[in-house]
Amino acid sequence: MTEKLVEAIVAMREEDSARITEDLLKSGTDPFEILKMGRDAMGIIGQKYSDGEYFIPELIMGGEIMSQVVDKVKPLIEEKKAEEGTKTIGSVVIGTVIGDIHDIGKNLVTFFLDINGFEVIDLGVDVPPEKFVDAVKESGTSVVGLSGFLTLAFDGMKATVEALKKAGLRDRVKVMIGGGQIDDNIRKYAGADAYGDNAQEAVALAKQWIGG
Amino acid sequence: MFIYPENWNSLSPDEKMQARFDYWLSGAGTKFATDEAEKTYRERVQRIIDIISLKKPDRVPCLPQADAYMAEYGGIPYGDFLYDFDKAEKAIVKFHRDFQPDYNMVMIAPGKMFERLDMKTYRWPGAGLPMDSKSYQMVEKEYMKADEYDQLIANPEGYFMRTYLSRAFGALKGMSMIPSLYYAMELPMVPMLMGMFAVPPVREAIQALLDAGQMTGEMMGTMGKITGEVVGKMGIPSVMGGFYKVPFDIIGDTLRGTDGIMMDIYRRPEKVIEACERLVPIAIQIAVQGVNMSGVPVAMGVLHKGDDTFMSDAQFKKFYWPYFKQVMLGIINEGIVPAQFVEGRYNTRLDVIAESGLPEKKTLWMFDQTDMVAVKKKLGSFACFGGNLPTSMFLTSTPQEIKDYSRKLIETVGNDGGFFLSPGADIDMARAENVHAFIDGAREYGKY
Repeated sequence: MTEKLVEAIVAMREEDSARITEDLLKSGTDPFEILKMGRDAMGIIGQKYSDGEYFIPELIMGGEIMSQVVDKVKPLIEEKKAEEGTKTIGSVVIGTVIGDIHDIGKNLVTFFLDINGFEVIDLGVDVPPEKFVDAVKESGTSVVGLSGFLTLAFDGMKATVEALKKAGLRDRVKVMIGGGQIDDNIRKYAGADAYGDNAQEAVALAKQWIGG
Repeated sequence: MFIYPENWNSLSPDEKMQARFDYWLSGAGTKFATDEAEKTYRERVQRIIDIISLKKPDRVPCLPQADAYMAEYGGIPYGDFLYDFDKAEKAIVKFHRDFQPDYNMVMIAPGKMFERLDMKTYRWPGAGLPMDSKSYQMVEKEYMKADEYDQLIANPEGYFMRTYLSRAFGALKGMSMIPSLYYAMELPMVPMLMGMFAVPPVREAIQALLDAGQMTGEMMGTMGKITGEVVGKMGIPSVMGGFYKVPFDIIGDTLRGTDGIMMDIYRRPEKVIEACERLVPIAIQIAVQGVNMSGVPVAMGVLHKGDDTFMSDAQFKKFYWPYFKQVMLGIINEGIVPAQFVEGRYNTRLDVIAESGLPEKKTLWMFDQTDMVAVKKKLGSFACFGGNLPTSMFLTSTPQEIKDYSRKLIETVGNDGGFFLSPGADIDMARAENVHAFIDGAREYGKY
């Protein structure tokens, strides 16, 4: 049944996934184990995306199925175990920069960082530079991801990097940028450390900088 | 305004396109200030007609796609393009006078009208975004619920009028009560129809529409003045005369949102397909309406959710392409050139387009980050294209680098016509010398 759940999620079989989850719970499977199966499934979905077999519909649908599984099992998981389960290799602060409200690219990066074991502090869209600064201070993270779809994000990214500098945090963090009209010219313009063309590159950068 | 000649319905698509081209070439109702302006105008329009027809014009035409940059150059916030038409007019005229681009970009919009309607689908400078923001932005939401596909399919126009409008515009809530006009048939039925127009929410919605119309009229006055300067005095024509949308994007962008449509692909694929089919004639109608109003026979479709990274090839072929293609063919049938602005990348889609049997010399393609050599190879035999100059370069590069990039594009993919020079997307931020370098580059290196 274990493999069946992973299989059902990966194949986007929404109703089967819900039914198998319930069957597993009824048969006394440790809810924490079910959660792990869900994570395994998300890992496979992510791999298929990287391989060019899956695309945005599968990431969104897979995420939706996973959240249904989580809703079913989470109330049954002991707190201590839940904590154990969320152990991560490090945290990344991410957001779409001030003035830009696009979130598809940012959500993709968040998804991939998450399934690769990072704790993602997602600040949402239209995020003012100060909010990035506060989040870096609070979390102590060493990686910041700036997303933006429009050309207006050029300046939002620059302002955010400058705000980190002003707050004395620039040496403590690595900044990666990406999105629609963003490229390596803008990395130089904004004073960021790296530009990533896609979500997998964001993961590779975070791994390189944090380790893991 | 393009008025159909009496024999319109008996014309073939080719004859219709020729009639529209002739009207465009004639100046589309413009009063030219000088013979020189008229001559320049015609030369510029002819260049576009030449490339659409895959001929070599005298030189490569250049479409600068300057948008918010015109405000920046004029020293005003972009928000003034929505709230201060006098200032906007000065900035737009100044941009065209100083840069002399081949084609104009005249885009202003009435911010107060959007406010009057309480439009929820966008944020723009002055409402939800600071006045100096460089763009307006769409607010994606589920304006159509997942279980409403059947209503949309049964009557798209009625669905837009009653359900979409009442949700997307706060001041148009009363549109949900607009009665069916079929009640206008029999004497006893007419009062039942008109009775609905006595109901306060309906009256409020209609008042909002009247007010919005008046506010838009004021903006159109300014547009007329700008056109008089830019087209009438400088001879700089428009290229994009109308818009259309791909059915999948109408549903995905406007009605269901990205999350909604992507899950619908799995949960109710047959409904998505049925709705896409149903929206084909509507997408064509949108293009015709805009083109008839402007007189410029090119309708632009901005492509969103069919990008390489958004869906698989199989999904593209099933949900996106068939109805996209039908819309293009329908637009061509009306004598109009569909112009596709391909946002993001279309590297994996080029084969589908190339093998689809689209009629030659009838479409125009503008690419953002797609591989231009592949475009030339796969589309070059039947369609004109351009684009690809990175928008970032306008802000961060030197004039020489811009010229080098343009030159390389012309030499590798534009050496035998059917090609125009253009950035990959709108220019909102730039250095003036880079914009000059871009426009001059076409004149220096683009001669055939």
